[in-house]
Amino acid sequence: MNCNKAIKEISGYLDGDLDAALKHTLEAHLTYCNHCHAVYDSTRKTIDLYCDGKLFSLPEDVHTRLHEALKRKMQEHA
Amino acid sequence: MTELPQAILASSEGHLVSEAKAGNYSAFEELVNRYEKKIYRLGMNITGNREDAEDVLQDAFLKAFEHLPDFREDSRFYTWIVRIAVNEALMKLRKRRNSRELPMEDSEDDNGEVVVREFADWKPNPEQQYAQAELERILQQGVNSLPPGFRTVFYLRDVEGLSTEETAELLELSVGAVKARLFRARLRLREELSKIFKRG
Repeated sequence: MNCNKAIKEISGYLDGDLDAALKHTLEAHLTYCNHCHAVYDSTRKTIDLYCDGKLFSLPEDVHTRLHEALKRKMQEHA
Repeated sequence: MTELPQAILASSEGHLVSEAKAGNYSAFEELVNRYEKKIYRLGMNITGNREDAEDVLQDAFLKAFEHLPDFREDSRFYTWIVRIAVNEALMKLRKRRNSRELPMEDSEDDNGEVVVREFADWKPNPEQQYAQAELERILQQGVNSLPPGFRTVFYLRDVEGLSTEETAELLELSVGAVKARLFRARLRLREELSKIFKRG
């Protein structure tokens, strides 16, 4: 497996989408290719960073305005 | 935050929906309290800015309130509100089409090569090396560097945790197109963040 092919398969590998033979070949490549291993590892970390629930937290003023808008809407319907 | 009765706070989502449909507004407020953070994050991830994310948040919940009688309860309320919010966010992006944004249907979608230039390892625990606000700014810049169609797929799959099939259905794309966009979105984001987080 060359590096171009390995990089193309990293996303599917992270999703557990690769068949056993391809997975094995990619894993073998990642053990000796530092470049591809760095791409794999940083792609995984990229996903982890965005998954972190602390990011893009809801600002208090946005929360307040949402509930005020909701109250107005509910009063219209009452 | 509004004080809600204890019975409401402890209710299941299905029960809250039934109560809200019957006219119990506290039940609807509790649904909003449960999901507002996630829907705001959805708006931030797809639109890439605070103002639009706030509009998405408000419009999605107000629309859900308005159309609650039509909600058939054959899916979770949460799935329904995500669907509404994604549509609101995509509409925002379409309205911005004459700005510098790339169109939703990116021509490089399925066949373009992804060029990887950054091969360095990252510094350990980048999230601990930056203040929260700075890290958010970096991540937001990364999201903004993606074409909207890629950004939306990345958010739904990797942040929201929808399956490839669910994402495809929601965005009316083929499974193959979702996978292709996800692959490119992940590598592009990685490339952007690597410029900042790489060692040395």
